[in-house]
Amino acid sequence: MKSGSKLERILASGHFAVTAELGPPKGPNLEVVERKMQLLTGVCDAINVTDNQTAIVRLSSVATCAILAQRGLEPVMQMTCRDRNRLAIQADVFGAVALGVRNLLCLTGDHQCFGNHPTAKNVYDLDSIQLIRMIARMRDEGRTEGGEEVDGAVPLFIGGAANPFGDPFEMRVIRLAKKVAAGVDFIQTQCIFDMARFKEWMKRVVDQGLHEKVYILAGIMPLKSAGAARYINSNVAGIYVPEPLVKRMAAAGRGKAAQAEGMKLAAETIQEVREIEGVRGVHIMAVEWEEAIRPIVEMAGLLPRPVVE
Amino acid sequence: MIVAKRKPLAEIAANLQKVNKLLIVGCNTCVAVCLAGGEKEVAVLASALRLALRQTNPTIQITQRCVERQCEEEFNEVLTEDVAACDVVLSMACGVGVQTMAEQFPDKIVYPALNTSFMGRPLERGVWSERCAGCGNCVLDKFGGVCPIARCSKNLLNGPCGGSANGKCEVDPENIDCAWQLIYDRLKRIGQLDRLLEIEPPKDWSTSRHGGPRKIVREDMVL
Repeated sequence: MKSGSKLERILASGHFAVTAELGPPKGPNLEVVERKMQLLTGVCDAINVTDNQTAIVRLSSVATCAILAQRGLEPVMQMTCRDRNRLAIQADVFGAVALGVRNLLCLTGDHQCFGNHPTAKNVYDLDSIQLIRMIARMRDEGRTEGGEEVDGAVPLFIGGAANPFGDPFEMRVIRLAKKVAAGVDFIQTQCIFDMARFKEWMKRVVDQGLHEKVYILAGIMPLKSAGAARYINSNVAGIYVPEPLVKRMAAAGRGKAAQAEGMKLAAETIQEVREIEGVRGVHIMAVEWEEAIRPIVEMAGLLPRPVVE
Repeated sequence: MIVAKRKPLAEIAANLQKVNKLLIVGCNTCVAVCLAGGEKEVAVLASALRLALRQTNPTIQITQRCVERQCEEEFNEVLTEDVAACDVVLSMACGVGVQTMAEQFPDKIVYPALNTSFMGRPLERGVWSERCAGCGNCVLDKFGGVCPIARCSKNLLNGPCGGSANGKCEVDPENIDCAWQLIYDRLKRIGQLDRLLEIEPPKDWSTSRHGGPRKIVREDMVL
């Protein structure tokens, strides 16, 4: 065991893992955190807490993760390189570990132009691969990026992201290989709609034997409507919802009916990725729709969640 | 070269409401080539200002000059009398030229007329694009001659982020090429794709602006 985190134990014992995302509120409103925690309790093995996602200022990932940990939930703290330099990242990681966080997802971070402070100065002192390696060294060698000894252990299960749908496609497996070489333990992928491309990427991952060196959790996003799918296609670079799926959502109508179809589609996607060699779990990103996670996991036949020692 | 763009007229005019004698000084080097602050642009700005100020400051006297290289004091010496005779110098040089004027004529008010934008090159008529961020430690040998620091929106050193699509950067798909698509294509072409597998360590930013204002001293050249 590298970290002993619950997520690591789930994956190491061969269970098909389920993680889900919790978006903190746009302010210190703990009622929102409370409500989302309740929605996610018992339906997933670990909860990702986003870090100023899409560059929108929110309750910090560290603080939200600490609250989750206090309640006996299993947080995956997301850490981006956009807002902090190597000093701040290391300090926040120490803080998170001290407060009980055992999983860290290392991300580059969305550019600030997409958020609510587009005139901000970004940092990007490190990139996600350098961040992964820095954390792995802190954990395995007890050294900071600067080379000094870390006072205390840093038992973190280290995660990274992968986007099989970004370009250049050839770089996507290379990036994964670099993350593995840097010391990543698990990967959560971008939301999968283009199943053919995901399968092609996974095939290349398996051909290189990377699936035996890293746990890959497939990214799942339930669509609320056909409009949401079209919005993704025109506004989110690096994700593409194929036309047949857009049509299927449109045929389902609006409101609750469309939402039900979106959840059903997500559950079907989970069942499909489960059959792909090398996929060890799913990561469900129901952005501001945490209510959808329980029914999706249930429909996918993944409840109850396993208990590990 | 240094690429600049003229400030909006209203912003320039706002500083000149109470000025009697204005000296506009262009620069015939980089900013002339990028059509922002050469002789022609000085003349255009002078006319535009007369028009813009005709209600609020109709008696303003505007003198137009242009020097070869405003960033070197010896080229500005010819301006000594003109500077002495004016209330305000409006420099149409890059930020280096503006500061050279301010240092050379310490008692004079010097205002910038341009926004100095980047180090880059012309791509076609009327189009300039950034190429160098002046980080002080060139890495172009590793990336097929395409700079990820100047040209990737997140200055990523280990490959593209998830926002690269069809060769474009998600920050502005109309105008920004994905630097990592360019790096990938170029390394493929020159047979160096193996470089992509190397993990590039965190950059030493101390040679860049992050290490504080920079200065180069060539002992062998110092008199």
